[in-house]
Amino acid sequence: MIAFKVNGKSVTVRAEDTTPLLWAIREHLKLTGTKYGCGAGLCGACTVHVNGTAVRACQTALSEVKGKQVTTIEGLSPKSDHPLQKAWVKEQVPQCGYCQSGQIMKAAELLAKTKSPSREEIVRHMNGNICRCGTYVRIVRAIQRAAKEG
Amino acid sequence: MGAIKTPAKDMDQQDLALSRRGFLAGAGGLSFAVAIGSTGLTLMGVAEAKAKARPIGAWVRIAPDNTIVIVTPAAEMGQGSMTGVPVALAEELDADWSKVTLQMAPAEPSIYGYGGHSMAIVGSRAMRSYFDEMRVAGAQVRKVLLEAAAKKWKVPVGTLATEPSVVVHPASKRRMTYGEVAIFAKTPKVMPEVAPSELKKPEHFRLIGLSVPRRDVPEKVNGAAKYSIDVQLPGMVYATTVHAPVQLARPKSWNEKEIRKLKGVIAVVRLPRGVAVVADTYEHVIAAREKLTVEWAKGARADGYDSEPALETTYAEMARKAGGGGGDVAAAFKTAAKVYKAEFRSDYGYHAQMEPLNAVARFNGAGDVVEIWEGTQAPGWSRRRIASALKLPIEKVIHHQQYLGGGFGRRSLTDYTVETALIARAVKRPVKMIWTREEDLGFGMFRPQTFQAIEAALGRDGKIAGWRHKVVGEGGYLTHSGINLEQYYGIPATSIEPQGTSHGVRLKHWRAVAHPFNVFAIEAMVDEMAAKVGMDPFDFRRERMNLTPKARHLFDMVEKMSDWKRKQRIRRADRALGLSVSERSGSLGAGVVEISLDRKTGKIRVHEVWVAIDGGTIVQPDMARANIESGVIYGISSVLKERATFKGGAVEQSNFHDYEVLRMAEAPEAIHVDFAKRDTPPTGLGEIGNPFVGAAVANAFYALTGKRLYHMPFTPERVLAALKT
Repeated sequence: MIAFKVNGKSVTVRAEDTTPLLWAIREHLKLTGTKYGCGAGLCGACTVHVNGTAVRACQTALSEVKGKQVTTIEGLSPKSDHPLQKAWVKEQVPQCGYCQSGQIMKAAELLAKTKSPSREEIVRHMNGNICRCGTYVRIVRAIQRAAKEG
Repeated sequence: MGAIKTPAKDMDQQDLALSRRGFLAGAGGLSFAVAIGSTGLTLMGVAEAKAKARPIGAWVRIAPDNTIVIVTPAAEMGQGSMTGVPVALAEELDADWSKVTLQMAPAEPSIYGYGGHSMAIVGSRAMRSYFDEMRVAGAQVRKVLLEAAAKKWKVPVGTLATEPSVVVHPASKRRMTYGEVAIFAKTPKVMPEVAPSELKKPEHFRLIGLSVPRRDVPEKVNGAAKYSIDVQLPGMVYATTVHAPVQLARPKSWNEKEIRKLKGVIAVVRLPRGVAVVADTYEHVIAAREKLTVEWAKGARADGYDSEPALETTYAEMARKAGGGGGDVAAAFKTAAKVYKAEFRSDYGYHAQMEPLNAVARFNGAGDVVEIWEGTQAPGWSRRRIASALKLPIEKVIHHQQYLGGGFGRRSLTDYTVETALIARAVKRPVKMIWTREEDLGFGMFRPQTFQAIEAALGRDGKIAGWRHKVVGEGGYLTHSGINLEQYYGIPATSIEPQGTSHGVRLKHWRAVAHPFNVFAIEAMVDEMAAKVGMDPFDFRRERMNLTPKARHLFDMVEKMSDWKRKQRIRRADRALGLSVSERSGSLGAGVVEISLDRKTGKIRVHEVWVAIDGGTIVQPDMARANIESGVIYGISSVLKERATFKGGAVEQSNFHDYEVLRMAEAPEAIHVDFAKRDTPPTGLGEIGNPFVGAAVANAFYALTGKRLYHMPFTPERVLAALKT
C-alpha cells in the first residue's frame, strides 16, 4: 500500500512497489486521461508531473512517488482553463487526441520554468513526445500562443 | 416549455422502433445511450432521453427547449468527421449549430450506413460518402417541421421559411422554434422525398465552408475523452495476448502451471493464434506475460521468410521480366524517340497508431449476449466478425463505439476485439484486453514491401506516349493502388502489371494503401525524365503530359505558393525544392517540399511544405487543413524513417526505438495548405496528404545533390550510399 497525493488529494494504492505509476493512475485510481503508448519511455503519452517535474509514468515505480505530489491532466487546472488547454482549443490541436494529455503535461513543465520559450526551446523540450497524427506544427503554435496570452 | 404532449400510442411505436434498432435498450439490458456532447461523454438514461427529445427520423431528435441531437455515424479517429459529417445535415435542417449536440450512432449499418449498407470509414470515405445523404436527411426533417407548422397555422407550406432552428411565416411575422414544432409534429412513417433541386445553393450555406470547432477537442485537452482502453466496468479483469514471433503460427503448449501460480493470475486462455494471460490487474498481466513461454507449432507459412534478401532476389527477378501491355503500349514503345527505365523499392510499413490495440468485452449471465467496447473504423464489420467468431446471432452482439486513438487503416479489422470476446467468454467476467506495443508491432498488419520497374516512352512529339509499371509484392490491391496516370497526366497508353508474391505475413490497408510507394516511383521517374531533357519539373509536366485542367490549376497554385520560380533563380546552396503530384479518393493534390541535408550523417530534413488540393467542396476548411497537415507528417515519417523487416518470418522491430516515427524536431516548421475553389461534391482528404511526399523529397534531394534515391525510406545509410554513387 503506497500513499501519495494525486491532483491535491491524498490517495493510497494497494499494489506492489514496482507497479508502474501509469497503471496505478489509470486502473487503480481510474484517472484515464494519462495514456499507455509504448510502456518503454519512448513516446511520452503517459507524461505526468511528480512534484512539478514531468516524468514518464510507465517508467516510474509506485514506490518512487511515495509521499509525493502527482499531477495528471485531470488536475492541471480546475476548469480545463490552463493557458495551454485554452490555446490547444483555439489552435484546434488534437486529432485522434490520444497523445495530447502527455503533450500538454510536458508543455506545462516548460511554461512553468520558461515564460516565453523560443521555437528551439519548445522543440527541444517536446521532442520526446510522439504525435502520430502529426499535430506538431499546431502544438508549437499553441505553446507560443499560451506563452503570449497566458 | 411544457412536457412533451405525444399520444401514448405514438410514443410506444417510437420506443419499439428505437429498440428494434438497438438504439437505446439493448438485448443485454443495457439501458443507456452514449451521448457525446461538447461537455464530455455522458451516459443518458432511457427515461431522460425520452423526456428530452423526440426523434424525427433516424438521425435527429428535437427537444422542447429547442436543443437538437444529431446522430453522427462516422468513426472519430482524429479526422474530425464526427463533427464534420453532421454539419452537412445541420446545414439543410437549417439548425442552430450552437444548440446541436452529437450522439455516436449505434453499429447499425442498415440505418446509419452510407448507401444503407456500410459504416466503414476507410479510404477517406466519411465526408464523401455521407455528404449527400446527410444533406437529404436534414432537408427531410426540415420538411416535416415545415409541414407541421403549416398545418398548425393553417397556411400553405410554401409561405413558410426557416431561420436557424426557427420556422417563420414572414407574412404574419409568426415564429415557432423547432423545439415548439417538434412537440406536436407527427413523424411520417416514410420521410418525405427531397429532390436535389430543393437542397440549398452554396451561396446560402451558413455552416458548410465555414469552420466550426471540433466537438471532440474540448474533451481531448482535459483527459475526459474516452477511448476503449479507458473503459471501466465493475468486476472487470485484465488480459493481454501473446502471438508467435513467426506470424500466424499456432500455440502448441506453454508453462501453464507456472503462470497459474503467479500473483493475480486468473487464467491462461488458448486462442486460435495466440495465448492470453488474464489477471486481476494489468501489472500482474504484464508480469505474467514476461514469464510465459510458449511453444509454437511449426509449419506457419511465414516460417523462414527473410524480407530483405527476398526483395533483391524473388522480387527483382519478377520485376525485371519483360513488360507487357496491350498493342497500344507496345506501339508507343516501338515508335518511341527515347525509352527511360528505372527501378524502385519500398519497405514494409507499420501503422503505429498511438493507442495500442485493445477492447473491452462483457457477457451477460446466460453467456449468450456480449457487449463490446472498442474504437473501430468499421463498427458494422466488427459486429459481424464477432458474431461469426463466437457463433452468436448478430443482435446478441451489442457494440459501443469509442474514440479511436488513431486508425490509419489498422482499425478496420478488429481481430483483437474477437480475441477479447473469446477471453471474456472463457473467464466469464468483463475483460479489458490490451496488446502491448511490442505485440501491436510484432503481430502487426503491414503495408507490403514492393519492387517496381518502370519504363516510360517519350514520343517523337516530345510527349510521354507510353508507360509500363510493374509492381511486385504481396497483397493484391494493397500493392497496386495509385497508378492512375490517365487521371491527371492523360498518358495515352499505360500498362499496370501487379505481380503477386506470397509469404504468409499479415498485411493491411495503410494510409492511402499502395499510393505512397507507387506515387513515389511515378513522380521520381517523371522528375528524372525532366532532368534528362533539361527541363524544369513544372514545365516538363505542363509541356510533355496531357495535363487535365484540374492538374494544371493545382500546379499553377503550388508553384506560386512555394515561390518556386524565384527560388530556382536564386538557389540556396543548402536547400532545394522537390515537386510531386498524387490523386487519392477522388481528390488531387500537388505538393512541393523544401529540404536540407546533413552530408555527414545522411539525415534529410524537410523544412517547409506547400500543398494545393482539389477536394471538391471543402465542408470544414480547418479540419480539412488539419487532415492534410497530418498526411504530410505521416508521409515524411514513412519516407525518411519507417521500415519493418522480417527475419525467419518474425518482425525484427519491437517498439519506437527501432521502428522510429517522426518527432517534433524533424517536423517541418511550416505546412501551407490551400484548396482549389470548387462547388463539386466533396472528395476524400484523409489520404491525399501523404502519397506525394516520397517523390517530392527524392526530387528535392536530386536538386540538392545530383543524386537519385530509389529505395524508400531514405534512411541515413541509404542517403550516404546514394551520395557515393
